[in-house]
Amino acid sequence: MLMIRIKAPVKATKGQVIELKAMIQHKMETGYRRDKYGRQIPRDILRRFECLYNEEVVFRAQFFPAVAANPILTFYTVATESGFLVFRWVDEAGVEAFDKVELEVV
Amino acid sequence: MSQNHPVKFGRRSMLKVGAAGVGSLVSAPLLASPAAVDASIADLFDGRVAQSGRVTVKIPPITENGTSVAFRVDVDSPMTQEDHVLRIAVFAEENPVPDIAHYELGPRAGIASVESRIRMNGSQRIRAVAEMNDGSLWTGHAFSIVTLAACLL
Amino acid sequence: MLHSLCRNISILSLLIWSAFASGEEIRSFRDKPDLPTSEIKSGYEFLTRESRMLQSDDFANPGLLWVDRGEILFHEEGEHKSCASCHKGQGNYTLAGAAATFPKMVSGRLTNLEVQINHCRVERQRLVAFEYESEKQLSLTAYVASLSRGMPYQVSIVGDARPSFTKGRDYFFQRRGQLNLACTQCHDDNQGKLLRGDRISQGHPNAYPGYRLEWQTFGSLHRRIQDCDVGVKAAPFEAGSTTYIELELYLAWRAKYLLLESPGIRR
Repeated sequence: MLMIRIKAPVKATKGQVIELKAMIQHKMETGYRRDKYGRQIPRDILRRFECLYNEEVVFRAQFFPAVAANPILTFYTVATESGFLVFRWVDEAGVEAFDKVELEVV
Repeated sequence: MSQNHPVKFGRRSMLKVGAAGVGSLVSAPLLASPAAVDASIADLFDGRVAQSGRVTVKIPPITENGTSVAFRVDVDSPMTQEDHVLRIAVFAEENPVPDIAHYELGPRAGIASVESRIRMNGSQRIRAVAEMNDGSLWTGHAFSIVTLAACLL
Repeated sequence: MLHSLCRNISILSLLIWSAFASGEEIRSFRDKPDLPTSEIKSGYEFLTRESRMLQSDDFANPGLLWVDRGEILFHEEGEHKSCASCHKGQGNYTLAGAAATFPKMVSGRLTNLEVQINHCRVERQRLVAFEYESEKQLSLTAYVASLSRGMPYQVSIVGDARPSFTKGRDYFFQRRGQLNLACTQCHDDNQGKLLRGDRISQGHPNAYPGYRLEWQTFGSLHRRIQDCDVGVKAAPFEAGSTTYIELELYLAWRAKYLLLESPGIRR
């Protein structure tokens, strides 16, 4: 289970631009490092990130090996209606990790 | 960052493994360089030329460790339905792979701003290219001196 | 290859300078005074502004990912009772400030936080001991250490802890490795000076267990000490070894009034 940290407001006013932060525990192994025996450690990184607001994609990111380990993203979205924000990461093997927070919009 | 292995070998392995979704890797040259970034940009944006302006890249002027550098990109845009940023692509001029990340925004973003942490393989320029909904491209960049740790293992 | 050579040349020059600067040949560093209390500075002071901001960030500090997992493990119940079932709230078993008291003598054995947690696991929870530096051990120590964040060390070096303290102190003042350097030569004599692009800190342990940018992950104090030993080309001891726990006791005493910063960020 990958540890995820989300920072999002609990409540916002309609039309307000809110700041979202999402961090996930992941080595983001570049494929350039070698182990103590000199063998190349294969690349293993998260490839894609999506933020869905009531199931609509409001932000997307594609990651390359230069994204630092334990990747963190800060981005913004407009508070339109109450509902759920889903933060989803996918790695190269298609394995997903996600977290969900609730947002109240007044 | 350890430099005790030739970059060439690393890239060959990446070409073998990373076919899906990383098409730009296959066509990029072996070593990182400003030209490699130009090639990646041309590949990603179908050869369109980016104008300087509207894009601000923020990284520390001096970085004590290149494994995790605080990075921010802001694009001057009203982010309305009529006038907004579609995507922002970020590149490193001296990394083994020129692309760092691509971000897709849209009018729901409110403001065109993204912060993250990136890896920098030595002192270099970080470039960002923003694509607007009218197809225009804008670019900005910043430079960071990446110092080496003393007791490298 | 080249930068390894450059590194060796700078360390060698440092070494030669040290030998000449003292005026006479140093036979033993044991008689050398410890770092004066008035000069004590946390490694935090030797970081760049950005690294300090990362450590102080209550959300973005990556060490918090391990603290979070540790908190979950702390409360996890199964066939065993959870850590929380004993260590809850106020009273004798509360863990607020506990990490600041380690290493200490427990039943005649010098014990650090990792050893204590394993002792609890085996003796009280009937679980298998953690392997040193395993994800779960790091997470639990991260959580327990975070409960002492902002508190000063409170270690005892009297009574039956004294022999361990002396051994730990001797380690710090003993030359080792192919580069033949003692910890004191860098971390007392040359702290604050630049070694290539790095500012030498005083070598305090208060950020650990912590996130080291060099590792791109979270790790224990022993792992950090191993890196130092390898850095002077000395064979490192095992993580969890008595030698390192003794050194840990000296370091905790040497840090005097410094506050614990775990989960810390270091280079």
